[in-house]
This record gives sequence, structure tokens and C-alpha cells, in this order.
Amino acid sequence: MSGQSTYEPKTAFERWLDTRLPIVRFGAELLDFPTPKNLNYWWTFGGILAVCLMVQIITGVVLAMHYDPNAANAFDSVEKIMRDVNYGWMIRYIHATGASMFFLAVYIHMFRGLYYGSYKAPREVLWILGLVIYLLMMATAFMGYVLPWGQMSYWGATVITNIIGSVPIIGPSITTLLWGGYSVDNPTLNRFFSLHYLLPFMIAGVVGLHIWALHVPGNNNPTGVNVKSKQDTVPFHPYYTVKDGFAVVLFFILFALFVFYAPDALGHPDNYTVANPLVTPQHIVPEWYFLPFYAILRAIPNKLGGVIAMFGAIAVLFTLPWIDTSKVRSMRYRPTARLFFFLFALDCLILGLCGANPPDAHVWPGVQGFQLLDSNINSYTWLARVATTAYFGYLILVMPILGLIEKPLPTPESISSPVLSEKKG
Amino acid sequence: MLRKALILAAVVGGLVLAPPALADTSSAEPKDVHWSFEGPFGRFDQEQLQRGYKVYHDVCSACHAMRLMSYRNLGQPGGPFYIPKYKNPNDNPVVKARAADFQVADIDSDTGDAIKRPAIPADTFASPFPNEAAARASNGGALPPDLSLIVKAREGGPQYIYSILTGYAPPPPGLKVPVGKYYNPYMAGDLGANWFGKGPVPIGGFIGMPKQLTPNRVTFDDGVKATAEEEAWDVTAFLAWAAEPHADERKTMGLGVLAFLVIFAGLLYASYRQLWKDIDHH
Repeated sequence: MSGQSTYEPKTAFERWLDTRLPIVRFGAELLDFPTPKNLNYWWTFGGILAVCLMVQIITGVVLAMHYDPNAANAFDSVEKIMRDVNYGWMIRYIHATGASMFFLAVYIHMFRGLYYGSYKAPREVLWILGLVIYLLMMATAFMGYVLPWGQMSYWGATVITNIIGSVPIIGPSITTLLWGGYSVDNPTLNRFFSLHYLLPFMIAGVVGLHIWALHVPGNNNPTGVNVKSKQDTVPFHPYYTVKDGFAVVLFFILFALFVFYAPDALGHPDNYTVANPLVTPQHIVPEWYFLPFYAILRAIPNKLGGVIAMFGAIAVLFTLPWIDTSKVRSMRYRPTARLFFFLFALDCLILGLCGANPPDAHVWPGVQGFQLLDSNINSYTWLARVATTAYFGYLILVMPILGLIEKPLPTPESISSPVLSEKKG
Repeated sequence: MLRKALILAAVVGGLVLAPPALADTSSAEPKDVHWSFEGPFGRFDQEQLQRGYKVYHDVCSACHAMRLMSYRNLGQPGGPFYIPKYKNPNDNPVVKARAADFQVADIDSDTGDAIKRPAIPADTFASPFPNEAAARASNGGALPPDLSLIVKAREGGPQYIYSILTGYAPPPPGLKVPVGKYYNPYMAGDLGANWFGKGPVPIGGFIGMPKQLTPNRVTFDDGVKATAEEEAWDVTAFLAWAAEPHADERKTMGLGVLAFLVIFAGLLYASYRQLWKDIDHH
């Protein structure tokens, strides 16, 4: 991809193959890929994510051998996996916890991209492909959560598919198409299972494009300064295979702690009750990784407005390469932008908190507050509104304006030079 | 849900979040009970599981099904009646005898007639009622929930189950208890509509099940004194095991996996340091 291959076919067979299908050369180029030598541990999450995808696909394929996508049997077939399939409990817990781990890693990966300006020219397509992967992940995770056919599966599916129904003109038809009928039922489960099996392979395809788009401009790096010479880089293998490998194993330790010691901590108890269309759970909450978007959805008093805001929260990220006016990539050299970045990260956590709590509940217990328009000022509804405003305010206002008015610190000449100057100083 | 948010916050930012205040319903905080199976090193106590099974058999099974359980599960490794000599729980004489306590529906293969026969280890636990309507009809309209997963299906887990079983209290004066319902402060509910007393609405709710566990309701085979608390404690342990029969195996395997990962991480870190030692990359 970079076109600077040092690969020399060594055997007669390799020479023969190289002129027909240069797949060994392709692999060698990937391994030799010149990578900035100053990447920190935040950069290891790309590799971690590739591993997460593989773990999900492998465990998922095995689960599909035992799972029965029929509304009458789905719940019991999952319990059969837990009870009677050899190590089925482990495979299922890895898959269920793996979804959370996947999202944890992808959020770190995205925030790393935000902090170091990895979405800026010439990496706009790389960023956009990443967002496409993220959208596919959300669709896959949502449909996967429906498959155990527990109470939260059923009611989560009902709430989310109804949301789409609020889109004018085409919404109701799309909802009917998703349901395969007039409510969430067996046909819904069948098609969700089919799509849940399909989408991960689409993700794998877009990951291929994502890596391709990475290998054209090469990695960004913590300084945000372009690679100037060979001195600035090391070959990907063995330097980053070993470093990423170390990070993957550390990540696996966290992963294993959840799988073996808190496998249900990230789930909801209601999902251990079989789906019942006649009993609505008291609070329907999505998985933790959707909570910020759920909060944005509920913050808007109008249903369609909420849907637009929720999808807009992701859509606006697609425009980031163009609405960020700063020429400096890394926030290391943008102290003001850095402050706003951390406020933005905090804001996303606050949105998650809002999504996890009932909208009418008090944020500060014991403080009475007062009624403002439709809700108490001390309710999660108002906190979510403030946080939603801050979310869009950061992306739409702070990003473009700050890039024009701030005075960034001087950036280093090259990747190697700050290393040298720091050593002297 | 709060736990989920807490873990997210702890992992990502180390934030501590305030507990959510529920808008409509209230219930007492579950009792703080200790279990042999708590934590990474906790394991089920086989004798307690046997006592717990006895409580289930003598009391709970009259109304509650456990449709995800089979009698053979009682004799699998970690189960209440596991005997190492019988690798196949279907051969376990204790399990066979326990199964034979129950009659299950079958078809006579010679005549095709519907018959009842004693259960064998391969059978699923016999259900007390043939269908939901029959269960409701016998219980004043309330449906006794299936107990296979009850410990995992309730916020608070074993703490909550134990608290419900032992938490029955006389209704506060002024609380109008509907016919066929019972007051339990640990049951989530909103008693506002039934409260005619002085002061704030009492916490808790109504439950369709009357108080079941009383002293000497069962006689334990191992001579343990059958107080109401002991019965509740034992049956909750049994239900916790039944909700996840492989929990002990999971925790044991986790230790091995973590030990391997920590050693592997150490080796990789050493390789990383060795490999990068001549590269100035900070």
C-alpha cells in the first residue's frame, strides 16, 4: 500500500507466486509499515479493537450453533448454552461482556482521535470510515441484545423501533418492515438474528478499508506533526506488534475480570426474565454504551426532535474534519482546546448518567428545586438538556471558533526534534 | 443500571455517581446477609445446598416451577447431591431417589395413553401447575414466578430474595391490605392508594405470597436447627446455585486465566523494553 516494499521473494515458489498473487508481499508490506516511533498507549486501541472484533465473531459463530432464533425457544436456548453446553457459560459471557469491552475500546479510540486531531487532513476518510464502523457496531450490538429475548431485550427493541416510527412519511413503514408485522415478535427476532450475523462481516470489510485509509497517509502521532524522515519511524513489526500485544493482554486482564468475576455487572437483571409483551419493566434502559444517546433522545420534548437530535449527535461527527478550523492537530499544543476537550469528555459521561436515570428523578437528592416549563429544574431531564446543549455547543461552536481565535503553543519541527530537545533540557 | 453506570464511570473516569431516586415506588434496602459463595474465592457449600433443596422441595415447589432445572443437575459437579463416584449424574442413586419423589406426565408407548410416572434424573423439574391459568387460579390471580433464575432476575440478587422471605411484617396501622395480598417492606411498590394512616406512606409493597418460612417448617436431615432465617438462608443459596450452576467453575477457571494473563503480560512487557531500548521515543 505504501509502495516501498523491501520484500524479496526468497524461494522459487515465492517468486512464482509474487508475479501472480503478491499476497506475501502484501503481508510483508503491512508488517514493515513505517510507523511513528512516538505513539503512546492510546494508540494501542486500534489493535485492541481488531482483536475485539475477532473475539466477537469467533464466540458468536459458536453461540449461533446452539442458539435458537425462535421467540418460543430463544430464551431457553440461551440458558441451555449457560447450563448444558460445554463451557457455554464462558463463551456466552465472553460474547456479552465482549460487546461492552468493544465499546469501551472504541470510545477510547475515538476520544484519542479527537484529542490528537487524527480526523484532520489528510485523514478525513479514515475518520469517516471509523464512524461508519461505529454505526454498524451500534446496530449490531442493539440487535444482539434482543436475541436472548429477555424483558429488556423485548422492551428495548420495542422502544427503539418505535422511535424510527416517528420519522415522517416513511417512518411507520420502516418500523413495520423491521418488525415483520405489527409489533415486536417472532419475525422481528428472526430478522434481527440474521442481521446480527451479517453486520459483523460488514464491519470487518469496513475495517479493511479503515486500515487501507490508514496506510495511505500513515499514522498520526501524539505531536500531530507529519513524519519527516525515516528517523521518525520504526517498522510496525516487531516494534508495534509487541507493544500492541502487551496492551492487548492488559486489556484481556480487564476483560477476564468481568467475564469471570462480574459477568452480569454490565447487564440488566430484567433480561433474566423471559420476554413478556404484557408486562412493561419499570424503567427501560439501554446498555451503558447507548446511554448518552438515550439521554439526548429524551432531552428533547418532541419525539421527532429527539430522534433528529440523537442521530444528529453522530451525524455532526462526520463533519468534524471541516468544522474544526485549527491547523494544529494535537491538543498538546492547544491548551484552551484541551480544557474544552476534557469538559466535552465529562459532558459525555454526564449524558450517560442522565440516560441511566429516570428523567423525573432528582439529580441532587433532598434539593426540592422548582418547576421550569415541563420539568423540575433539579431533574435529569434538565441536566440532560444542559448536557445536550453543551455536546452540540462544543462541536458546532467551540470547534470552529476556537480554531480561529486561540494562540497555539509552538509545535516541534519534527517527531524526533522534541525528543532531542527534551533530552538536552 | 446504576451498577452499569458506576462501572462505566469507574473504568473511564473514576467518578462516583449519586444513587438514582425512584419516582413512584419504594422498598426497604435489602438485608446485608453473608454467603459462602460471595466474592472471587467464595464457593457454594454443598450441605447448605442440600438443606436449601429440602426447603424448595417441601415448601416452594408446591407453587413455584423451576423449568430450567433437571433432576440430573442436582448431581453434577458442584450440585447439592454430587458424589464424585458417579461421573454421570443419571447414575447417582441420591439423584434418582429425589427425582422419583415427583410424578411427571408421559405417554404410555404401548397404548398411547397419557400416564403419570415417577421422574428420572433426565426429567426437568416437575411443575406444580399444568399452565399459567391454573397457577393463577390457585393463587388468587397472582402467578408464582419460575425460580430457575430468580436470584439473577432481581436487583439485589440473593440479598433481595432472603429479605423478601424473612421480611414479612405486620402492616402498619392505617394500611388497607387487599384480600389475598400481604405487606412486605422489601417488595417494591407504591402504597399511596391504600394508606389511610398518619405520617408518610410506608415503604414497601404488596406481595401475593403469604409468609411461608416459619420455624420448623422443614426438618433438616443434617440436624441443623430449622429457624425461619436458616430456611431462608439455605433456600436462597440453593436458588443462587440453580440460577448459575457453573458459577464455582467460572471463578476457579478465572484464577487460572488471570494468572496466565499476568505472566504473559510480564513477558510481553520485558520483550517490549528489550526491543525498544535503543529507540528514543519519549
